[in-house]
Amino acid sequence: MVKVLEHYHLGENNYKIVFEVPELVKKAQPGQFVVLRISEEGERIPMSIGDMDPEKGSLTVIYQVIGKTTALMATLKPGEHIMDCVGPLGNPSHVDKKGKYMVIGGGIGIAPVHPAAKKARENGNEVFGIIGARTKDLLFFEDEMRKACDHLYVCTDDGSYGEKGFVTDVLKRLIDEGNKPDFILAIGPVPMMKAVCATSKPYDIETWVSVNPIMIDGTGMCGACRVSVGGITKFGCVDGPDFDGHLLDFDELTSRLRMYHQMEKESMEQFEKKQPCYIGLKESSKKSA
Amino acid sequence: MSELSKAERMKLPRQAMPEQKPDIRKVNFKEVPHGYTPEQAMAEASRCIECKKPKCIAGCPVEVDIPGFIRLVMDGKFAEASRKIKETNSLPAICGRVCPQEEQCEVVCTLAKKFTPVAIGNLERFVADYERDNNLTELPEIAPPTGKKVAIVGSGPAGLTVAGDLIKLGHQVTIFEALHKPGGVLVYGIPEFRLPKEIVKAEVDYLKQMGVEVKTSHIVGKLDTIDELFDQDYDAIFIGTGAGLPNFMRIPGENLNGVYSANEYLTRSNLMKAYDFPNADTPIARGKNVAVLGGGNTAMDAVRTALRLGAENAYIIYRRSQVEMPARAAEIHHAEEEGIQFLLLTNPVRFIGNGEGRVERMECIRMELGEPDDSGRCRPVPIEGSNFEIEVDTVVVAIGNSSNPLVPRTTPGMDTNKWGNILVNEETMESSRPGVFAGGDIVTGGATVILAAGAGKKAARAIHEYVMNKE
Ligand SMILES: Cc1cc2nc3c(=O)[nH]c(=O)nc-3n(C[C@H](O)[C@H](O)[C@H](O)COP(=O)(O)OP(=O)(O)OC[C@H]3O[C@@H](n4cnc5c(N)ncnc54)[C@H](O)[C@@H]3O)c2cc1C
Ligand SMILES: Cc1cc2nc3c(=O)[nH]c(=O)nc-3n(C[C@H](O)[C@H](O)[C@H](O)COP(=O)(O)OP(=O)(O)OC[C@H]3O[C@@H](n4cnc5c(N)ncnc54)[C@H](O)[C@@H]3O)c2cc1C
Ligand code: SF4
Ligand code: SF4
Ligand code: FES
Repeated sequence: MVKVLEHYHLGENNYKIVFEVPELVKKAQPGQFVVLRISEEGERIPMSIGDMDPEKGSLTVIYQVIGKTTALMATLKPGEHIMDCVGPLGNPSHVDKKGKYMVIGGGIGIAPVHPAAKKARENGNEVFGIIGARTKDLLFFEDEMRKACDHLYVCTDDGSYGEKGFVTDVLKRLIDEGNKPDFILAIGPVPMMKAVCATSKPYDIETWVSVNPIMIDGTGMCGACRVSVGGITKFGCVDGPDFDGHLLDFDELTSRLRMYHQMEKESMEQFEKKQPCYIGLKESSKKSA
Repeated sequence: MSELSKAERMKLPRQAMPEQKPDIRKVNFKEVPHGYTPEQAMAEASRCIECKKPKCIAGCPVEVDIPGFIRLVMDGKFAEASRKIKETNSLPAICGRVCPQEEQCEVVCTLAKKFTPVAIGNLERFVADYERDNNLTELPEIAPPTGKKVAIVGSGPAGLTVAGDLIKLGHQVTIFEALHKPGGVLVYGIPEFRLPKEIVKAEVDYLKQMGVEVKTSHIVGKLDTIDELFDQDYDAIFIGTGAGLPNFMRIPGENLNGVYSANEYLTRSNLMKAYDFPNADTPIARGKNVAVLGGGNTAMDAVRTALRLGAENAYIIYRRSQVEMPARAAEIHHAEEEGIQFLLLTNPVRFIGNGEGRVERMECIRMELGEPDDSGRCRPVPIEGSNFEIEVDTVVVAIGNSSNPLVPRTTPGMDTNKWGNILVNEETMESSRPGVFAGGDIVTGGATVILAAGAGKKAARAIHEYVMNKE
């Protein structure tokens, strides 16, 4: 059993939850992830590490409610427990010295680029950060990212905060202004990562992305997490989650993520019938994080 | 019955195992055989002629005293019989169900030549169930604490056996298991209809009662390495991490939706209870036309699971012929009875999608048997131009597993062979790292429960010696 230390609603469907996992955070590196199981009959769901505090023994996950398990997670109160939190899984992100190191975080992907940015800066990089979301309410970690990066650029699709436009618009502008990065780590929705790779490719900028295929064990046992990289099948959980974005088959990833859409809808509908107001947290603990 | 002469006893018919009828069982996940009644068990036991030089014992990888335990069954001393087996095999309820007896203890039974062999597996299962169901399981005597600590990585049959043997000797034992439930393949791979999970749980609970600590959701190599475990004052470490890395065919279309590894398919259904979706949260494809590639136990388990999930056509696609199939004879027979269709001497060439990323058809080629290969089995060769397509919406690839590299890769100085199996001294099961022992599938590659348990026994003896002789 793993204790929930803190839990906040961030905006729309986004939440920040903090778990007490002292042994795990001692080992965790930026770019790694954990697999959570909320209830006894529950699914195992992978979540990126958004932040960690080895002193407090705490691990932060930023998540979006999109289905039954994340909706159930949103009902948890500080002091309550989940069944398991296993990890740290996957390989750490490349955060060694590159020179101009850029992180791009889109939506929920802002969370995992945050620890990578911190570490890359510690390693002597000049860190550029671009964070973006659809709208102002979906942005988070701005202060944290400002601390973690040498330069931070914020944008929203609808212009409700920061620059109006996509993260790729900012990336293109920075390149045109002579700030071509030596390395990009881009994490966010699949279409965003694909767009970043399309933008960086002509400039030949090494670009890595973090994949989020459907997973079960996260240890290389099931092969559910297969992705194609340069035409070769890799396991997202043990060979990744970060891969060279210029080699990754994004369309296959998108298609594989759709595998259970119909059944997931069914599961969510059943859950909502049983528990119509799971978003209790939304009202009670709206805080900025 | 003992008034019958040996010659008469030999001629008694083998007691058939009562089981669920095929058309009933193929739509439920309950165990197929019901088990013997005490009367049936005693009748079956009376067939054993108590050979002076029992060949059956030599056929069993862990040398269970078979005539010894069968004599106790004949006398109605069922719990005692179970205890007799446990002197060499700590998992009789499991082995009685899943051992390939037809290739081990039963095939060499003296009765096998002229009649049918004594049903050793069925009897083993009966006595172990009897002991457990009647709460006759006694905690063994535990030696005074030695002050030594042993870590066990992996909770499959190898790890469980080592834990049981070492705790009895007075050592402090901790099992680390990556998944959230202990049992290894016994819980995530072998389906409920062949091995009820309650039985595995009872074995684990028994170990816990004896004082074994079980830490689930703890991945060695990630959370701590073997070296870090030594830093935490463990005196010796046993690695029983199994052969968990699924192999794929490496043919076009294999990453289409609907194409699973057997590990994923079985894990969803068994460990995550996806057959009960949406009451359980994990989904699984309920295919109409399901093809399972392979001919081993894993393939049989997957194809019979597909049937129980509602498949109209469930196929086994195997590139050799039935005689070469590595699956247990009993399971092939069960599968046939349930209506599984066998496409033998057939190999898939590619999977074809429906344009939306889902598998829709599969192209196969017919094979013929050529010269024997290294394994002694005839090598299948494709017949040019014999390609054909079948309609499938779910495919399960069950062509074997490789060893999981997590522990070897994070343990400097531990030697492995080219397949990643840990190399050990066959007498002691010690690896090239002093104090680190290994056994089961991680050493042999995919094998059997009893071989894993047998390796565990050997390792436990050597670990005991090792820690007791340590300063
Ligand atoms: C390495 C990795 C890191 C991730 N990090 C985060 C994160 O930091 N924050 C966050 O909000 N989400 C993250 N995800 C996605 C997260 O795992 C899914 O949102 C979650 O599993 C959805 O579960 P559900 O039951 O609520 O939704 P469901 O209704 O079950 O599914 C909705 C969608 O989520 C995806 N999904 C479902 N089950 C899984 C699964 N077992 N594994 C992966 N994806 C699944 C599928 O695309 C599915 O269509 C990550 C995924 C991976 C693989
Ligand atoms: C579907 C299927 C059906 C089978 N049917 C039969 C049968 O009928 N009869 C028979 O005799 N045999 C059968 N077998 C083979 C048999 O199950 C195996 O040979 C046996 O389970 C091997 O035991 P083991 O202890 O070596 O490993 P496993 O049972 O594989 O257990 C290894 C355990 O280690 C854990 N682990 C791995 N890495 C780590 C890590 N880094 N840290 C912590 N834990 C870790 C795994 O999660 C797993 O729980 C079958 C196998 C399969 C897959
Ligand atoms: S352990 Fe297996 S091989 Fe040995 S006697 Fe029992 S059933 Fe036969
Ligand atoms: S070989 Fe057969 S008949 Fe002889 S002792 Fe063993 S089980 Fe009994
Ligand atoms: S999640 Fe099972 S192998 Fe990657």
